[in-house]
Amino acid sequence: MSSRSSDRGIVVGVDVGGTFTDIFALDERTGEFRTAKVPSSRFSEAEGFLAGLAEIALDLGELTTIVHGTTVGTNALLERRAAATGLITTKGFRDVLEMRRRDRPGTWGLRGEFEPIIPRDRRLEVSERVLADGSVLASVDPDEVRRCARTLLEKGAQACCVAFLHSYANPVNEQIAAEAVREIWPNEHVTASADILPEIREFERTSTAALNACLQPVVGGYLARIEEALAIRGFTGSFFLVQSNGGMLSAGAARSLPVRTALSGPAAGVTACSHIAAAAGLRDVVTCDMGGTSFDVAVIADGRTVTSGQASIDFGLVIRTPMIEMTTIGAGGGSIARVDAGGLLRVGPSSAGSVPGPACYGVGKHPTVTDAHLVLGRINGDAPIGGLDPLDTNAARQAVISEVGDPLGLDAEASAEAIIEVATSSMAGAIRLVSIERGLNPSRFTMVSFGGAGALHACKLVQATGLRSALIPPHPGVGSAFGCVTADIRHDLVQTVNLNTTDINPEELRELLLSAERRTVQFVAEAGLALADLTVRHEFHMAYEGQTHTVKVDAPSYEEISPESVEAAFDLAYTSSYGRLLEGIPVRLESVRTASTGRRPGFDFGLFAPRGVSVGDARRGRRDMYFDGRWQEVPVYSRLDLPDRAEIEGPAILEQHDATTMVEEGFTARVDNYANVILEPL
Amino acid sequence: MGRLLDPVTLAVLGGRLEQLMDEMDATLFRSAFNPIIAEAHDASHGIYHATTGATLAQGASGLPVFAGSMAGAAALAIDAAAAEGGPEEGDIWIFNDPYRGGTHLNDMKLLRPFFCDGDLLCWLASVGHYTDVGGAVPGNYNPSATESPQEGVLIPPMKLQERGRLRSDVVNLVCAISRMPINAYGDLQAQLNALELGDRRMRELLGEYGAGTLSTAFGELTGRASRLMRANVASLPDGTYSSEDFLDNDGSGAGAIPVRLEMSVSGDRLTLDFSRTSGAVAGPVNISETTARAACYVALKHLFTDVPANSGCLDPVEVIIPAGSLLNATWPRPVGGYTETILRVIDVIFQAVALADPERSMGCAYGTINALSIAGRRDDGSRWVMFTFYGGGLGGNPDGDGLNHGNAPLSTATIPPVEILEAAYPIRYTRWALRADSGGPGRHRGGLGASYEIELLAKEAEAFAFADRGVFPPPGVHGGRPAALNEIAFATPEGTLIPPMASKITGVKLAAGSRVSISSPGGGGYGEASQRSPAALERDLALGYLTAAHVREHYGGVNGGD
Repeated sequence: MSSRSSDRGIVVGVDVGGTFTDIFALDERTGEFRTAKVPSSRFSEAEGFLAGLAEIALDLGELTTIVHGTTVGTNALLERRAAATGLITTKGFRDVLEMRRRDRPGTWGLRGEFEPIIPRDRRLEVSERVLADGSVLASVDPDEVRRCARTLLEKGAQACCVAFLHSYANPVNEQIAAEAVREIWPNEHVTASADILPEIREFERTSTAALNACLQPVVGGYLARIEEALAIRGFTGSFFLVQSNGGMLSAGAARSLPVRTALSGPAAGVTACSHIAAAAGLRDVVTCDMGGTSFDVAVIADGRTVTSGQASIDFGLVIRTPMIEMTTIGAGGGSIARVDAGGLLRVGPSSAGSVPGPACYGVGKHPTVTDAHLVLGRINGDAPIGGLDPLDTNAARQAVISEVGDPLGLDAEASAEAIIEVATSSMAGAIRLVSIERGLNPSRFTMVSFGGAGALHACKLVQATGLRSALIPPHPGVGSAFGCVTADIRHDLVQTVNLNTTDINPEELRELLLSAERRTVQFVAEAGLALADLTVRHEFHMAYEGQTHTVKVDAPSYEEISPESVEAAFDLAYTSSYGRLLEGIPVRLESVRTASTGRRPGFDFGLFAPRGVSVGDARRGRRDMYFDGRWQEVPVYSRLDLPDRAEIEGPAILEQHDATTMVEEGFTARVDNYANVILEPL
Repeated sequence: MGRLLDPVTLAVLGGRLEQLMDEMDATLFRSAFNPIIAEAHDASHGIYHATTGATLAQGASGLPVFAGSMAGAAALAIDAAAAEGGPEEGDIWIFNDPYRGGTHLNDMKLLRPFFCDGDLLCWLASVGHYTDVGGAVPGNYNPSATESPQEGVLIPPMKLQERGRLRSDVVNLVCAISRMPINAYGDLQAQLNALELGDRRMRELLGEYGAGTLSTAFGELTGRASRLMRANVASLPDGTYSSEDFLDNDGSGAGAIPVRLEMSVSGDRLTLDFSRTSGAVAGPVNISETTARAACYVALKHLFTDVPANSGCLDPVEVIIPAGSLLNATWPRPVGGYTETILRVIDVIFQAVALADPERSMGCAYGTINALSIAGRRDDGSRWVMFTFYGGGLGGNPDGDGLNHGNAPLSTATIPPVEILEAAYPIRYTRWALRADSGGPGRHRGGLGASYEIELLAKEAEAFAFADRGVFPPPGVHGGRPAALNEIAFATPEGTLIPPMASKITGVKLAAGSRVSISSPGGGGYGEASQRSPAALERDLALGYLTAAHVREHYGGVNGGD
């Protein structure tokens, strides 16, 4: 497939975050782009979305495509604002959703309750039973199902989830029941568990399906409001969402599969990093998004984003669907520093948020990471990012001294340095968790840092983790919106197989893969977008017989499929994970995961080419900064005015509208031909 | 020891060590064979003192009880190595001795000395629950055992690896004692994977910080835990607080077994005196002193969550356990049911702390691991053993009601999915549900236990149960009431069998269609039931957590008996 020029037009990425809505608009015909950042509207994400579009001042009738990254689903779940939903399930099992896997919120301490997303009085049972081998022990009675559905409607349910035991093995009862519900249900919000996740493990499947059901009205309503407003403003193009796996999904599909958009916004950011890194010739990357409250880390190894099968939005709210694997810790500009009863300095995970905000906002009293940066002169209090009012340096000093300096016997500057070091250490821990701990050698990896606060910590993180270097993209503050513009179209399918390798019938396995290919490719094609190419990837999840956790194995090509080739592929994957093979133990193929990815026409990174004339022109004077135990003058540069191949030795500060980059002593900052700043240790 | 570390380096090193342990845990969980390690996470990793074996650091993802008990295992390895002229680089010791090493025979302990320039810096340890280690009963939960050899094979400290060379004779031995030799082989390899990774990570830390800084950090992290625990103890009012609780029986005799505690608070010192606890018993509910101290540690860590997981935690705590006690078992006393006794030790500590300051404590959790195994042979003659632990309610607490269907305080284990169990064994579950009315009444009631029912699909099988709380229910605190009793029953062609020992039984013969049911207790209540808000009771009724009869009997109706 190749892209035709007539498919090209104006593509706009819109990322609605907790604090800001970011816009990246690209005219594919001329290569011009614009960016914008407007405050998000806390209680109406749709308003923030439209305000952002208005900000870039384009005629919506001219736009061909809008791609959206959102956290509307995640927020609804976290705040339990999702729609009232009912569950119809197998007799004897209505509490599966509430009993979870018998876990508790933390290892230590036995307090805390769990509020299931569907309360017990809206979980009803019907007499039906399928066994593990797929045989039907008891058929389902559609009349009984309809009676349950009516009861749920009377109880106020707006959405309905049908989840039967072993429906992954044989969905017949579940399908009949879902049909019976649909006959009388007043809207389209009906979810059958095996349609969402045809996989063994009843809690994970039921939870994923239940979350999907209760998000349907929320995400559907949200998208309807936006689509209606877009139509009124003359938009006739296509509208997509970014999924948790980093690929795009049409708004229509997102309405029936909203659970796939749970990590939409953060995933768009990772997608942006992967394209920026690829353009810069990097195949091994750790992406770091540091905003006000959290620090999200993901890995791109050998050019591929690392995905995981499952995530928990909150205690007990489990979603099982392929998604970009992200480690999130509570470390951001707003993370609060304190000294605990044992005399140890802690930073985060609690955050001052944007209200009351860091002490330097003049309201809150708790010192934060942002306050520490301000005390040390690392950020410009007179012109903070995001167009905020000037910051109160004295308030920041006061807070740092009283909460950290006094208990530890340190002065303001030493306390501030300590806060940054401890925060850096926990961020470094998150980077290690996704990289080193997977056996990835950090010295091969480059960090791509985005989000408002990331570039301030990049050098220190490189130092702490042994990463090779850090790359700061030209517009780090609108990374996720840029990711929306460059996102691929992707569809995933998981199928349970459960076979010993020796029992593999090459013909049958090949047919299974081909049918997965057909189904996922069709989904991608239906989006009707211009594609540069389309790839299908099959991944086997395999283990030794008796193991319950699997390793991911690249499937052999269709022609090569045989028990021997599948085993050889497993041996390779197992050795690289654990360094040894086990003798004489049968190997099992548990499931096949298929992903079809339609790559969008490449973004021309030449558009980002630096426009600066000379380093001297970019110079914006000097600022007092504290390091090495004393106050010293440090040169300040306007980052986007630096020319191609500019090199600046640290210490130095690079400023721009949406972020501040700190070039630490012992580091050089180099500008590449796409206006990325590369920070490398000397 | 030279000058103290700056607080920043200390914080960084503390975090790095914890991450290192978590990473070892993850490696073992992912590559282990038996689901008790892989799914239920009945395993742990830690770093122990070079010469005393005291716990220096412990991961957050492993089983809580091992944090304390592995210090005893490290001390045993240190002595065993000393008897052979001291440990050498590349050695790994293996054993499952539960007396000095703690817990029970199923827990295989691997200890690897870590050297820097020829000096022993610390020990790295890995422990995990093996499916089977021989003995009379598959899975080793043998309620009728009266001496250790009936429980399984005891492996004394042996060198599994000698100067980097794996000894295949020892590997063969570990596999040979098991009914599931392949599981044992896979789990052993997984533990070796974890230890290798730990060694590699420690080398990296050493390279960055040097041995001096690392040793100093160990000392200071321990000191910090000690200071935090002192601060917590000092916040309790001085005085002596007595509590008692009971085990149903020991599986062979009929009598209740008392666990009694006198807890004294004096300034920042805490004394836990178990002198009035029962003496050792014939059945397998004895625990070694190592295990008993670990139980104290777990209880205190649950109440004072800010204290880091290392030996400093018990620094200001004196634990008194006389020789010959139920809590000071020596060979050949059987200890296979150690979990139930640990839970009772935790329960009496929760009750005593509640007397001192109810705001710092909570109602007792369901108090039994409910180990059930069903075993038989497949059509091809091969053996199958379905071995599972079940959940129950946690106690009501100052913040709110107890969690419904959680795991026991000594554990972080998850329960296997019904679909996985039904796919693997010839059984089917007919019920997997919350158990109404099972939480102890209180202002904040206990969380609900659960009710499970299993039907045998195969022609025949045998069932074994090792549990407790069938006679003495989980107590509430601060005026809160006890939870429902544990109820185990077997519906067989010969009629319904209720175990004569309430919660412990071996060799129940099942036929196709026979049903086994377990109804687990909830948690104990917190505060007077009469103070529970009408709104909370209405919600309990609407959701079916409580029945109207229960609300009338224990809460005097929704409006407090108006």
